[in-house]
Amino acid sequence: MSDARTEILERIRGAVGTPGGHKQDGHATIERVYRQESQLTRVELVELFASRIVHYDGSVRRCHAAELPDTIAQTLAARGKTRLYVPSDIDRSWLPPSIDFAADEHPSTSELDRSEGVITGCTVAIALTGTIVLTHGKGEGRRALTLVPDYHLSIVFADQIVETVPEGIRRVAARSPALITTISGPSATADIEMTRIKGVHGPRVLDVVIVAS
Amino acid sequence: MLRVGDAASAPPFPEAAKDSLANAQMRRNVRHATDVIRTKRATVVGEMPDWQQLREAARQIKAHVLRHLDAYLEDFERNCTNAGGTVHWARDADEANAIVTRIVQQYGGTEIIKVKTMTSDETRLNVALEQAGIVPYETDLADLIIQLGRDRPSHIVVPALHKNRHEIRQLFMEQMGISELGEEPAELANAARAFLREKFLHVPIGFSGANFLIAETGGVCVVESEGNGRMCLTLPKVLITLAGIEKVIPRLTDLEVFLQLLPRSATGERMNPYNSVWTGVTHRDGPQEFHVILLDNGRTEVLKDVEARSTLACIRCGACLNQCPVYRQTGGHAYGSIYSGPIGAILTPQLQGLQHSASLPYASSLCGACYEVCPVKINIPEILIHLRRRIVEDGQAPLAERLAMKGAALAFSGETPFTLAQATGRVMQRPFKSGELLRNLPGLLAGWTATRDLPAMPAESFRQWWSRR
Repeated sequence: MSDARTEILERIRGAVGTPGGHKQDGHATIERVYRQESQLTRVELVELFASRIVHYDGSVRRCHAAELPDTIAQTLAARGKTRLYVPSDIDRSWLPPSIDFAADEHPSTSELDRSEGVITGCTVAIALTGTIVLTHGKGEGRRALTLVPDYHLSIVFADQIVETVPEGIRRVAARSPALITTISGPSATADIEMTRIKGVHGPRVLDVVIVAS
Repeated sequence: MLRVGDAASAPPFPEAAKDSLANAQMRRNVRHATDVIRTKRATVVGEMPDWQQLREAARQIKAHVLRHLDAYLEDFERNCTNAGGTVHWARDADEANAIVTRIVQQYGGTEIIKVKTMTSDETRLNVALEQAGIVPYETDLADLIIQLGRDRPSHIVVPALHKNRHEIRQLFMEQMGISELGEEPAELANAARAFLREKFLHVPIGFSGANFLIAETGGVCVVESEGNGRMCLTLPKVLITLAGIEKVIPRLTDLEVFLQLLPRSATGERMNPYNSVWTGVTHRDGPQEFHVILLDNGRTEVLKDVEARSTLACIRCGACLNQCPVYRQTGGHAYGSIYSGPIGAILTPQLQGLQHSASLPYASSLCGACYEVCPVKINIPEILIHLRRRIVEDGQAPLAERLAMKGAALAFSGETPFTLAQATGRVMQRPFKSGELLRNLPGLLAGWTATRDLPAMPAESFRQWWSRR
């Protein structure tokens, strides 16, 4: 008896026959006449992104680069947070001196579970869907860091915001990341009577600071 | 053994539907939930000016993949392996279940945490694991409700859609040993969070399905809402993924099409809260052992049938269920399969075999609503008719129906047989005539008169009247 791999591949070839042409050529001829570019101005993009985050129960503050540490301090004060985790390679110039930040030196999952929250940057943000995309590179932390704590403060720079999903995915794909996490609002479920309930297993509170370019 | 849940032993649709139609509470729950999703979907689809162009692109990508399925699977296998993953192949459900069990035992596991996956319901993995002494914990809220209640899923996306908050509260109190619990959905979700938190932090083996396998990178994509998926994909030491072979897509950038279509179609959201993509094993981030099982289980049989092949393009959004006038009346259980609604009516018979699910292609009025909402443009009504033809050609149709069709063919074969048939009909209808209507016809015809008015044949046909003038 042949092994499963050989048998399945043979069954496929038996079913579809020998396709004409190379698969790359076939892939290139797929009609992609959907929207792939934005006509929005930078100001409109930021506006749309902010409104979509709010729509999905996230909250948004905006500031200029120089005001970032103060804005983070205000955001955390409003939430009553005093000690947060940050990725060990985060840009320290973002952070206010008044707050205690612990670099992620691989604390246990239980320690993350007991923490007050986390601050990270992102790779790209998609305005149309209110999505923050992490590729878990510099300043974004490993995956557990933005998952186990109950609070996530995400820093998004205005020039990281694109309008459409294709623009966002292409920026991400250009980096060939091994890991991608997209976040659109706090975790949620609609499994009970299709009523949207905010906050199940992922962070129950998502704050976003948008920094003007 | 090839297996699609319990479909091989399920009662025929009309029989099962009778039980469902008698359950008024369940019908109210299904009606309410599908109304909510339909409204949300219509809103977020309506705001996309390029929706039809996206559907067409998705259709073309999926058709392209199926033509080159062997090559894309080999690409996926090579790239996933290079990234530190281990790729297994399974011909059918039993082989897949055995591979999962062996991997869990190899790591000395006695428990696993599971992300929602229809494919493992298809293979009935939980039953196989339990027989091997391994405890599977479902972590999706709806799947947890199904598991705790020893219930069956009734919807592809929202498996516990047939349960309302009162029923879920009762179930949680009994099964989680909670004495005080309100019935607000938020309180119920909190109870599930507390119940599962400890499992997430301590169970060392995670299990998932896959929404997409990316051939070019060897990456796997899981689409979810609650964060239970991210927990299972990130925190355990070992991750096992079971995916149907049709889940492969060529490139990472092809996600730009599907990640627009899927959330809007499935839950009526512009984007679902979380998507995760991982590629093999990443140093110091997530599971350090990754196994993926590529499952056939009847899919290559579907692939053989050129006219029905596009069934495999399905991305499991459930939009066709919510839209279907039949599903909205009966709910999902009547379909006798974990795949219910219009897509279930074409997928189950093809995977499990027409002889087991011959009633399903008839569980439709062919109204076409499913095709209209399908984000990958599967022409479900056409495939339903195609499968009906196959059932008839295979001799699967009931004897009475075959005789009736033969009789009809004879009656319509010429003027004399037709006139004779009319005359016979006028005599035969007498015992059933009640005023202008026929009532309580016998045998196969009873199905019509039980729920519909059938006018009696007039004493004189048009042709008789015409020739008399």
